[in-house]
Amino acid sequence: MTMTEKPLLDIKALRIRVGAVDILKGVDLTLRPGRLAALVGESGSGKTMLARAILKLLPPGVRITGGDITLAGEAIVPASDRKMRTLRGPVAGMVFQEPMVSLNPAMTIGAQLAEALRRHTGLSRDEIRARAIEMLRRVRIADPEGCLTSYPHQFSGGMRQRIMLASVMLLRPKLLIADEPTTALDTLSQREVLDIMVELARDAGTAVLLITHNLGLVARYTSEMTVLRNGVLVEAGATADLIAGAKDPYTRELVAAARRVESLAEPGDMQAGELISADDVAVRYRGRSDTAVSGVSLAIRRGETVALVGGSGSGKTSLGRALIGLAPLERGSVSFQGERLSAETNHIGRTMRLACQMVFQDPYSSLDPRRRIGAIIAEPLRHAEDLSRDQKRERLDEVMRDVGLAGFDLRYPHELSGGQRQRVAIARAIVRHPAFVVADEPVSALDMTIQAQVLALIASLQKRYGFACLFISHDLSAVRQIAHRIVVMDNGKVVEEGPTRRILDAPEHAYTRSLIEAAPGIDPKVGSAPSRQLERSVQ
Amino acid sequence: MFRYAANRLGMTLITLLLVAVTVFILIRIIPGDAAQLMLGESANAQQLEILRQRWGLDQPWPLQFLYWIGGVLTGDLGVSTRTGQAVLPLILDRFAVSSVIVLVAVALAALIAIPAGIVAAWKQNSATDLTVVSLATLLLSIPSFWLGLLLLVGFGLKLKWVPVLGYVGFSDDFFKAVSFVILPVATLALIEAGVLIRMARASAIEVLRLEYVTHARAKGLSERQVLLRHVFPNAFAPTLTLIGLMLGNLLGGIAVLETVFTLPGLGRLLVESIYARDYPVVQGCLLLTAGVFVLVNLIVDLLYPIFDPRVSAV
Repeated sequence: MTMTEKPLLDIKALRIRVGAVDILKGVDLTLRPGRLAALVGESGSGKTMLARAILKLLPPGVRITGGDITLAGEAIVPASDRKMRTLRGPVAGMVFQEPMVSLNPAMTIGAQLAEALRRHTGLSRDEIRARAIEMLRRVRIADPEGCLTSYPHQFSGGMRQRIMLASVMLLRPKLLIADEPTTALDTLSQREVLDIMVELARDAGTAVLLITHNLGLVARYTSEMTVLRNGVLVEAGATADLIAGAKDPYTRELVAAARRVESLAEPGDMQAGELISADDVAVRYRGRSDTAVSGVSLAIRRGETVALVGGSGSGKTSLGRALIGLAPLERGSVSFQGERLSAETNHIGRTMRLACQMVFQDPYSSLDPRRRIGAIIAEPLRHAEDLSRDQKRERLDEVMRDVGLAGFDLRYPHELSGGQRQRVAIARAIVRHPAFVVADEPVSALDMTIQAQVLALIASLQKRYGFACLFISHDLSAVRQIAHRIVVMDNGKVVEEGPTRRILDAPEHAYTRSLIEAAPGIDPKVGSAPSRQLERSVQ
Repeated sequence: MFRYAANRLGMTLITLLLVAVTVFILIRIIPGDAAQLMLGESANAQQLEILRQRWGLDQPWPLQFLYWIGGVLTGDLGVSTRTGQAVLPLILDRFAVSSVIVLVAVALAALIAIPAGIVAAWKQNSATDLTVVSLATLLLSIPSFWLGLLLLVGFGLKLKWVPVLGYVGFSDDFFKAVSFVILPVATLALIEAGVLIRMARASAIEVLRLEYVTHARAKGLSERQVLLRHVFPNAFAPTLTLIGLMLGNLLGGIAVLETVFTLPGLGRLLVESIYARDYPVVQGCLLLTAGVFVLVNLIVDLLYPIFDPRVSAV
């Protein structure tokens, strides 16, 4: 491949503005045909706007104020809407982040797949159908004919993203823009979707611009990368070079956040007494014939962090909730310091309720938008009759200092970033000095560097207050960092459990092995294999 | 799908029975004696007693209810104590007048409002949007009787395009009938359009923000196709629910408009019958109204899965 080859996509000094704020301040990016490139950045870096600008699909109020975009020889910035409509689809396609809203819920999959082909090709109905079925088969949808007449809600998130890929790749575009296509998926589905994406792109000679904040994925799938921060280009170059030795400190920080292999957890006290234990717990939700959790026994010692690991639908969240009385037990019981929660009563005592707290996954919906931060964090103290008003105030200040939010008590949740909100959620959980905290995917909605900060925070708080923690996650690198012990769940059952090191380094169960293989850690040697393969096939 | 429909139908029947009981009791709780009202102050006790016996009002309530409900099940709603007419044909006649006006008006309103709302959402914050929203707010703030009177004064008295007073049945003289109902239909359509525009606009704004709309655009579809295929069906579902509630409400009679336009509709009949303590007619009217309300919402529930397939899956 020669450097004189004409780029498929050439962006020069692109500026994008919302109102009076520049969200992209002169960014360059080039992508040659058939290449796999990553656009890396965290929330607010402007990466999504850059991606949308390529197809001129910017939301209302967002304008391009300078620079050029050349896509397959066409100047995009001055192009008319009519011109753009001929480029969207056959020249460049786009896959979005949220599988739950990226397909039209009121339209069958078949109709949605056919739409683009009808618009851009002269194929007959039968040909369109045949192509759609063939493409669905290629994205490994089990029953492609049945899928055509089904609606999006009948599929899981990973399947929807694959259908989405099928819809875009049907036109064999020259460029595929994938905007955080797997951020909402668990590790296994993530791996599957990206593998299929790379395979399809390679076969069709499609170049891919993968937009992500996850450097593990960048390392595994791309050969070149561009790093954006606050609308400014930080660094660009070959993925392997940047990961091995980035010049810019921000890039290095991103790489470090994705590596994070060192354990933050204090060595666990193996002699500590049992704090909470589940005995043959089963959970079934009303109106469902299958059980979410079917017979799990589990014990957690004082001050211990146990990671509960598994893919979506494995029952890990249901088990976490059941332990603290937030999901009804169908069978079995939970013992906590002499209190017992059983399927017969499904009643959780007040002491246990107050001593067990939860941190939720989504920091946007888990905080009341109409209350101030101070009030949100202090709310659990209402039941602390033994504390005076001043003591409560002191406790609040102390906890807010602990989570690095001192002085934020009069703000509202919407004024905070995702990472700050998650700190609020953590502060609310620990303000009563609970004995046990269930943290349900507490960092998976956050950017990588923020994830590292929040994990470090949880580890340091645990050291300070000594609570036990059930850390629910599908992210094995986070688990490696924080857990003493790992419990792996699949299909409502525990398939393997043991000390963190042992499970991660020498997994025994096949499911555990597949989870570990799918985890996007940074290992440049293995990482860029698929992309190298891709480039060979282009040459 | 079949179970969903059967389930809804079962609930409908239970609702109707509850309505029948409530209606029966309510009208009897209202103070006032039907016989006394019929005969006037000068009637003596014996005359009152004869009348009460003829109407069955001397029986205990539960027995009265059984007689009535038995009649209802065989299609006999009794006779009006005021005019002696059979209730069923009477209320069906009046219902026909009201329902034509309501159905046409709501259909018109939906036809205007939904496209207007979607276009306003599509052009959110533009001059077009502002105009549509202001107009909608104005329309839904005007009281119906006042808008009706304005139209009557303008088109009836000043321009003399339509008659101001009276009514002719559609079967008697179709075109004349149209000239009588055109203003009430217009009044009602304008007012209901105001509500529907706001609803359609709000739902469309929600939908336009979603990724599948951008996905549709990224396929190279024209804006028309995007709005028609991707925005409309999804934005329409909540509006459909509103239309159902609206129809149910309005079909129970539009007493105010019927009074303004002197139309022999169900609403006016109901009001007059309540004044006269005409139990059989009031009971008939309310039962019909409730039945229609429940039926309309049943139809909406059954239509809903077409626009939102997720519903029938539950």
